[in-house]
Amino acid sequence: MRFRRSSILPGFRPAFGFTITYLGLIVLLPLSSILFNSATAGPRHMWEVVTHPRVLAAFRVSFGLSFAAAMLNGVFGFLLAWVLVRYEFAGKRLVDALVDLPFALPTAVAGISLTALYSENGWLGGWLAALGVRVAYTPLGILAALTFVGLPFVVRSVQPVLEDLEQEAEEAAASLGASRGQAFRRVVFPLLRPALLTGFALAFARALGEYGSVIFISGNIPMRTEIAPLLIVSRLEQYDYAGASAIALVMLSASFVLLLGLNLLQRRNRRPAEAVAK
Amino acid sequence: MSASPSRRDPAILQWSLTAAALTFVGLFVVLPLITVFAEALSRGWPAYWAAVREPDARSAIRLTLLTAGIAVPLNVVFGLAAAWAVARFEFRGKSVLTTLIELPLAVSPVVAGLVFVFVFGAGGWLGPWLAAKNLQVIYAVPGIALATTFVTLPYVARELIPLMQAQGTEEEEAALVLGAGGWRVFFRITLPNIKWGLLYGVILCTARAVGEFGAVSVVSGHIRGETNTLPLHIEILYNEYRFAAAFAAASLLTLLALVTLAVKRSLDWKLGALAREAPARRTGEA
Repeated sequence: MRFRRSSILPGFRPAFGFTITYLGLIVLLPLSSILFNSATAGPRHMWEVVTHPRVLAAFRVSFGLSFAAAMLNGVFGFLLAWVLVRYEFAGKRLVDALVDLPFALPTAVAGISLTALYSENGWLGGWLAALGVRVAYTPLGILAALTFVGLPFVVRSVQPVLEDLEQEAEEAAASLGASRGQAFRRVVFPLLRPALLTGFALAFARALGEYGSVIFISGNIPMRTEIAPLLIVSRLEQYDYAGASAIALVMLSASFVLLLGLNLLQRRNRRPAEAVAK
Repeated sequence: MSASPSRRDPAILQWSLTAAALTFVGLFVVLPLITVFAEALSRGWPAYWAAVREPDARSAIRLTLLTAGIAVPLNVVFGLAAAWAVARFEFRGKSVLTTLIELPLAVSPVVAGLVFVFVFGAGGWLGPWLAAKNLQVIYAVPGIALATTFVTLPYVARELIPLMQAQGTEEEEAALVLGAGGWRVFFRITLPNIKWGLLYGVILCTARAVGEFGAVSVVSGHIRGETNTLPLHIEILYNEYRFAAAFAAASLLTLLALVTLAVKRSLDWKLGALAREAPARRTGEA
């Protein structure tokens, strides 16, 4: 098999060459510096860095709360997509547009706004404090910020699939005597599950790397509300390049695994659809 | 379009699910949005104007626009080249290439900044060489522009690639057969066909470039009046407990985000209409 199938269109070489060079210079070469610095530091030093109690605590906070935020977005994102596709209500188009706000709003703005809202003299924070729940400067605050940044992903993955869902499947289930709940569990939900998983993984990946919105609301208390990206920054500020790259390598590996999983998921789901199309 | 009976949920279920979904949007989207403007105006309009027009804010706005002005055009050229290569030709390793293009979306912004410190910083690969030439990248504008370019790299390409794949190559091939040159085909056929998708990508890319915080924060050094972008300016004001001023600056970025959403919506509608039209046109021709 040749590298490229022939085409009468011109410009493959310059376009491909530029794409690869640009990607190499802006993304791959800089990213390789993390591998390089980690290798220079040696595996033993790396292991010491990433198993330090404070770093382990930060990993627990980052992974645990990102997962929780993605779960929350899984449930409410699914619900939102369902409501936006299936029901009619006043202001529906506005709500649909607002779902994208976390994509467009700078994270620093989201961070200070959520902090003001959920701190004890804020609108929601005061009310919650009366109930004995503190959000700002606790893990709950981090959860709120991570939920905000991941909010659009599940909605935007599930929504188009739900829109395209054929009525026939549900009608057939109903005509065969299935109740609404049965039709949902056995027919509708399984068809939406890949999209839901995709949205969940995207929200999880986004939350893992998030920095701007979290650092304001978390209070950054060591062992309790410090996220892994913050530790990278503080290592860097102490000129501890090896330490920063060790933590960064763990985070990068996690994003790689997620990205790979997503690609496999999408490939597996595309295949039957393509087979049917052909 | 009226839903068939089997798809219509009972009113009480509809009502409660809608209420739950709207409460979620209210808590996480609407209230934070209102908070920005309420806090920004908490000291009145004169204080708001003063905060927006102070010299540090103005220089932050200038640097933010300059950064976006560098990163966005670069990524537009990249997006066009990548889309031409990926959507117009078949080659081995294409899925690897598209995955690599999306990679910056999966990398933490902090890591995106970190890698440029590793390359250009004082203790980095090119550090000694840059110092000898008296050039500064990190804690200066080039570093900020580079980190922003990294973070916003995928936005144009990932809009253009699926769009050009869906449009197919017939029109361009026809133009070539009729004797048009490569650039002529690109400017007369390709570009007009993808203009809305391109605009969409540019809007998303710009929004991200203007608002980027983590990556820029790592490489900027936070030098007031020199290397502070608008998001970093907000952080400084906030940490100095000048909340109203911080929110005033934040309100500018929020307004920009709202404009972005509005434009995105109208383009969604437009692209949706075009997508519905395209297959109809093609079957009409056949």
